[in-house]
Amino acid sequence: MALTQEEILADLAEIVEEVAGVDKEEVQLDKSFTGDLDVDSLTMVEVVVAAEEKFGVKIPDDAVKDLSTVGDAVSYIEKNQAA
Amino acid sequence: MATIREKQGAAHTRIMGVGGYAPSRVVTNEEVCTWIDSSDEWIRTRSGIETRRWATPEETVLEMSVEAAGKALAAAGVHGDQLGAVIVSTVSHMHQTPALACLVADRLGTNGAAFDISAGCAGFCYGVAQASDMVKAGSAEYVLVVGVERLSDLTDVQDRGTAFLFGDGAGAVVIGPSDTPGIGPVVWGSEGDKYGTITQTYPWNEVPEPEEEGSEVRGPFLRMEGQAVFRWASYQMAEVSLKALAEAGVTAGDLDAFIPHQANMRITDRLVKVLGLPEHVPVARTIAEFGNNSAATIPLAMERMLEDGSAPHGGLALLIGFGAGLVYAAQVVTLP
Repeated sequence: MALTQEEILADLAEIVEEVAGVDKEEVQLDKSFTGDLDVDSLTMVEVVVAAEEKFGVKIPDDAVKDLSTVGDAVSYIEKNQAA
Repeated sequence: MATIREKQGAAHTRIMGVGGYAPSRVVTNEEVCTWIDSSDEWIRTRSGIETRRWATPEETVLEMSVEAAGKALAAAGVHGDQLGAVIVSTVSHMHQTPALACLVADRLGTNGAAFDISAGCAGFCYGVAQASDMVKAGSAEYVLVVGVERLSDLTDVQDRGTAFLFGDGAGAVVIGPSDTPGIGPVVWGSEGDKYGTITQTYPWNEVPEPEEEGSEVRGPFLRMEGQAVFRWASYQMAEVSLKALAEAGVTAGDLDAFIPHQANMRITDRLVKVLGLPEHVPVARTIAEFGNNSAATIPLAMERMLEDGSAPHGGLALLIGFGAGLVYAAQVVTLP
């Protein structure tokens, strides 16, 4: 069954905490990865690869460039997750 | 009808000696930050690079090759005139033809076969695979493999994504016959669908018009899509490394050294993690000092680890090179 936005956010926050060392409470929809959470471009790739595994979605390199906020990533995963 | 007689070479091969040459000019992160808007801390956290070496005008690809080769030959106990072939991997010998390898061979006193290969940062491992097969086939008894670059000539000092990354240098090995297996099966390949992720800004024969009249046309330079290359190198190259271990019949725990291409410390960290490399296995991290000098990184790191005692002579090392193409090659070898 497809995950809700809240469930995706919770799981993604755990990934960001584990990979980038950001407190998961900080990982909110309106936060920008680079500006607010200090996730650099290479760490972002690590977050993306972990998210692909966790959610069973493909996030190609071209799509990564458009994921500037946590909300962007949550929407992308929500749209592309396996039904 | 007469049949062709074939030749058989050695049953096994090994790396007999290694030598490196690091150019004299040390370029600090502070100096890099006079070209681009960056900081020492930013460069260190993104790449692990503290300094890189850049060649002076006298430190040409030929001179650096000859220096590294001389050390490798001395360590191997082989004379230049015994070399049946010289293979040079480089992307910064600025002549499409003739090959740099011919000049290197001449300086070393051999008329053996000589040719260059273009396999970017995987070039050294490509050369090792090729040389080993040549010795096994009987095409040559001793083969010199050189990885040499002057990437400073191809570096755009105004490009924030690559200005801090590249360096110059040379490394060489002599490959010859062995009583026991010393070079494992190569796992190699290409992914031409990612051709555009590491590129030269324009071809040598298509110098673009200046943007404004009278302004200088700069380049060509190397360009890279950092995120795409990082993902490929950190994750897919871990799988290639595991295959190379499996093909050689050894496990990560059997290794005495892991010597990946020094592309970026973050890639090395990821590879170590994904490979599940035990903590006792020493890992090459010469990028901190030398920067990324493409085909030269692996032999330079090998020489350094043997010199400082972090890797033992005769120990097992996993080598993996990966870069522009995209291309990759990995093999397990016995350290000289």
